[in-house]
Amino acid sequence: MNLSQMPILSIVTYIPLVGALLIVFLVPKEKTGTIKMLATVFAGVDLLVSLPLWFAFDRAKAGYQFQERASWIPSLGVDYHFGIDGISLVLILLTTFVGFIAVYCSYTAIHERQKEYYVLLLLLQTFMIGTFCCLDFFLFYVFWEVMLVPMYFLIGVWGGERRLYAAIKFFLYTLAGSVLMLLGIIALYFYNTTGFLGYKGLGHAPTFSVEALTAVASGMPAELQVWLFFAFFFGFAIKVPMFPFHTWLPDAHTEAPTAGSVILAAVLLKMGTYGFVRFSLPMFPEAIKTDWVLGLVVALAIIGIVYGAMVTLVQKDMKKLIAYSSVSHLGFVMLGVFAGNMAGLQGGILQMVNHGVSTGALFLLVGIVYERRHTRMIAEYGGLARQMPLYATYFLIMALSSMGLPLLNGFIGEFTILQGAFARNFWWAFFASMGIVLGAAYLLWLYQRVFFGELSNPANAKLPDLTMREQLTLAPLVVAALWIGLYPKPLFDVLRTPSENIVRSLGGKTMPPPAMAVKAPPAPAAAETGAGQPR
Amino acid sequence: MTFHGTDWFLLSPELVLTTAGLILLALAPVFRKGHDEFVGFLSFLFVGVTAVFLAIVSAAPARHAGPILAGMFVVDNFAVFFKFAILLTIALTILASIGFLGSAPYPSVEFFALLLFAGVGMLFMVSGSNLISIYVSLELMALSSYILAGYFKGQVKSTEAALKYFILGAFSSAVLLYGLSLVYGVGGKLGLTELAQMYAGTQRTNLVVLGILLVLAGLLFKIAAVPFHVWTPDVYEGSPTPVTAFFAVGPKLAAYAILARIFYVGFPKFHADWGLIVALVAAATMIWGNIAALLQTNVKRMFAYSSIAHAGYALLGVLGFQTPFGLWGILVYLLAYTFMNFGAFALVIFLETRGYAAETVADFNGLAKRNMPAAIVMLLFLLSLAGIPPTAGFIGKYYLFTAAMKAGYAWLAVLAVLASAVSLFYYFRIAAAMFFSEAEGAPMKGSFALTAAVIVCAAGTLVVGIAPERVLEVLRHCVPGTY
Repeated sequence: MNLSQMPILSIVTYIPLVGALLIVFLVPKEKTGTIKMLATVFAGVDLLVSLPLWFAFDRAKAGYQFQERASWIPSLGVDYHFGIDGISLVLILLTTFVGFIAVYCSYTAIHERQKEYYVLLLLLQTFMIGTFCCLDFFLFYVFWEVMLVPMYFLIGVWGGERRLYAAIKFFLYTLAGSVLMLLGIIALYFYNTTGFLGYKGLGHAPTFSVEALTAVASGMPAELQVWLFFAFFFGFAIKVPMFPFHTWLPDAHTEAPTAGSVILAAVLLKMGTYGFVRFSLPMFPEAIKTDWVLGLVVALAIIGIVYGAMVTLVQKDMKKLIAYSSVSHLGFVMLGVFAGNMAGLQGGILQMVNHGVSTGALFLLVGIVYERRHTRMIAEYGGLARQMPLYATYFLIMALSSMGLPLLNGFIGEFTILQGAFARNFWWAFFASMGIVLGAAYLLWLYQRVFFGELSNPANAKLPDLTMREQLTLAPLVVAALWIGLYPKPLFDVLRTPSENIVRSLGGKTMPPPAMAVKAPPAPAAAETGAGQPR
Repeated sequence: MTFHGTDWFLLSPELVLTTAGLILLALAPVFRKGHDEFVGFLSFLFVGVTAVFLAIVSAAPARHAGPILAGMFVVDNFAVFFKFAILLTIALTILASIGFLGSAPYPSVEFFALLLFAGVGMLFMVSGSNLISIYVSLELMALSSYILAGYFKGQVKSTEAALKYFILGAFSSAVLLYGLSLVYGVGGKLGLTELAQMYAGTQRTNLVVLGILLVLAGLLFKIAAVPFHVWTPDVYEGSPTPVTAFFAVGPKLAAYAILARIFYVGFPKFHADWGLIVALVAAATMIWGNIAALLQTNVKRMFAYSSIAHAGYALLGVLGFQTPFGLWGILVYLLAYTFMNFGAFALVIFLETRGYAAETVADFNGLAKRNMPAAIVMLLFLLSLAGIPPTAGFIGKYYLFTAAMKAGYAWLAVLAVLASAVSLFYYFRIAAAMFFSEAEGAPMKGSFALTAAVIVCAAGTLVVGIAPERVLEVLRHCVPGTY
């Protein structure tokens, strides 16, 4: 079987859609067992079909692989264009992996309107994978937007008490950001063709191709780059979410059903950071090299790390606590990405995966105990380690992975990011490391309050430990956490080539020397490319 | 002025539709109450025949010879597009009215006859290439519309709607007519092309600019742009809902057609004079239309304000006349708007004819449980109205934003996309009511005619959204004056 002969990316993308359509048209809504089985089968097949991508992927090759291209709206220059590099590969595998777990973990959590639920989960899966595959801006925008619809309904129908508010807030925030991105895309389109607003166009044939427009954009005058950087910035930063655009996140996370939170944390937030890595960095190098722009973004990232961690510390609701911890973790990712060197970038991308695994698992764990007790208040618990030893073990592993304990995945990501940040500027790393300390504090304190001490609340006295199915949903995540923690080299290998390209497009050699990055004007100095790259 | 054989041929769609209206009126004494379905399908058939004639005309080389009737009437691609869109709207209105009228104590023959006469007015309007023919056909449309608004004469709100519509409509017609008279007074010509030639060779005078602005004001009344929109919510709320659906689409199509034609063909020289004004009006329309829609609890009023906001988006295309995306964008957008807006209203009618008032958003509660396909289709229309891909509304808005950017109105484009994002909030109040509310109730089934209308709208919304290429290619060649 030759993968390059088949539209493998489209197959991976649309398998869940096929499953969703089958369920809609063939299965009556009373047959919940069949619906669950079909959804699981399709999510599982999707995961299996996506695995060969990992093996067939050529690590050394620059550019996009498994490309598929067909004309979609020729009069505008819009193509149906799929293709992936190492970065999208990793995120697609994360999506199929987490998507399967999200379906599998919902068996007992969802009792109402199950048909709609599984259909929406599968639709969401298709749209998310599609977003990571797109190499055409127009197509990307379509997937990026339409993804919001199933998520809106997942939160709105199966969410908690304030689900209506959370659902519409989620939708509006992300929409407001992405429409500005749309204008950025239109501006790029005109810059490439006939020009606009006094900018003389390049006169090329109309296209939305990511590769072509990336090349065009990086040659734009600096001030236009800054404008467009911010047009895209709003779209991505709200999705990440960066401080101060993060307020939709705790609401959405807290109100969403468990599977929704898992997908939100593991995949949807990554759309924002992926956008920065895929588009903003290579397209607007001049903007990013502008001191105040870089300073602003990094400042927001660091505020996100520290402020996010401090707010996490005072949460009384477990789910909200983990939601806020995402703000802090994604701040790390942003810091690494905008450090713009190999270590920072690879660490940032790796940390996207790590956050997906660890935080996804923590949401699963909170969901499990919520199903039993119907409360997420930390004060309601205590001493659970006696009653649910297995649960306590899984929770401990994932909490440790989230706080960055060596041998687990979080450590690799955070360490590499700090390395990259340090290479740029000591203070970036200094402030960021405060986030690690706070992270250990809120997670250990959470663990202590929930699991240690006396089993004082009688409501918890008879809680059953994990079932086999629950263990099966958690075990793969634990394995992933351990694997990345012990042997991250395969991931770094996949990420190296695309990261090198991005660092090169940022002008790796003309990077300002580390200590002067913020104050001094950029001076041609020592090459940072490749320095500190973990081997 | 002499008639040639080809003139009759080129006028055949209008003549057929006029005849159809007269036949209906002649049948009025025969079919009093109780034959609503038959009369409805008969009218539908008439519209279909008209469409066949239109298709024949549009394929005939005779129309390429230029304006006929002494330059009063032109059948260019632009007119053909609008004629098809108008016939589609009328056909949809008929389908949506059949069940609705059947359950109301008013005769339906005159209703359909008036609808056809309004259609005749619109068909002439979009072909008008002369100030007089444009004005006269506009009045034919308007007078029929006033009566349609008040057709449910036993209801106070319907009468009030008709009265308001009539007074403000007559006033705006007067403003338009005054503007036309100034334009004529300075230019000395009535034909749009001749006017443009005349102006091209003369100095710009304040009098003609005043005339142009008055014409603009009169037309902005018809498309309900802020600050000329105040009649809209009351008229939309009070009119029988199928009529509201018609008002929200049909007359707007025609008004946009003549707005585009007059300003594109007649006054291109004065772009600097009206450009900024249209930009400010578009900004005000988008902002106020969306904000006011946020505050509504009545669904029909909400859609009234939403249609005001949409008129604002379409003005972006008017601003972009000189760019390749301006007129093209208006056409794409209006087509999308026809499908999605009519579809949304058809669902409101669906609830009304099933014994639900569909007055407040709460009336949509639990629709997903009562009729899942209806709820999903409504969701499609709402997404399209909010401009979420892959729907027709997104493609349409994309063109308009593009036109604004290209024309140099980047600030307006930013405002437009943000306004468009805000609109999601009120559209999704209905989505939330349909899907999240736990209200129980008996399952609902729509009538055949209404279901057909909804399916056509949904198909159009999806096709233009997902596979737009064919449509776009056709519309690209529909700029005024191209054959």
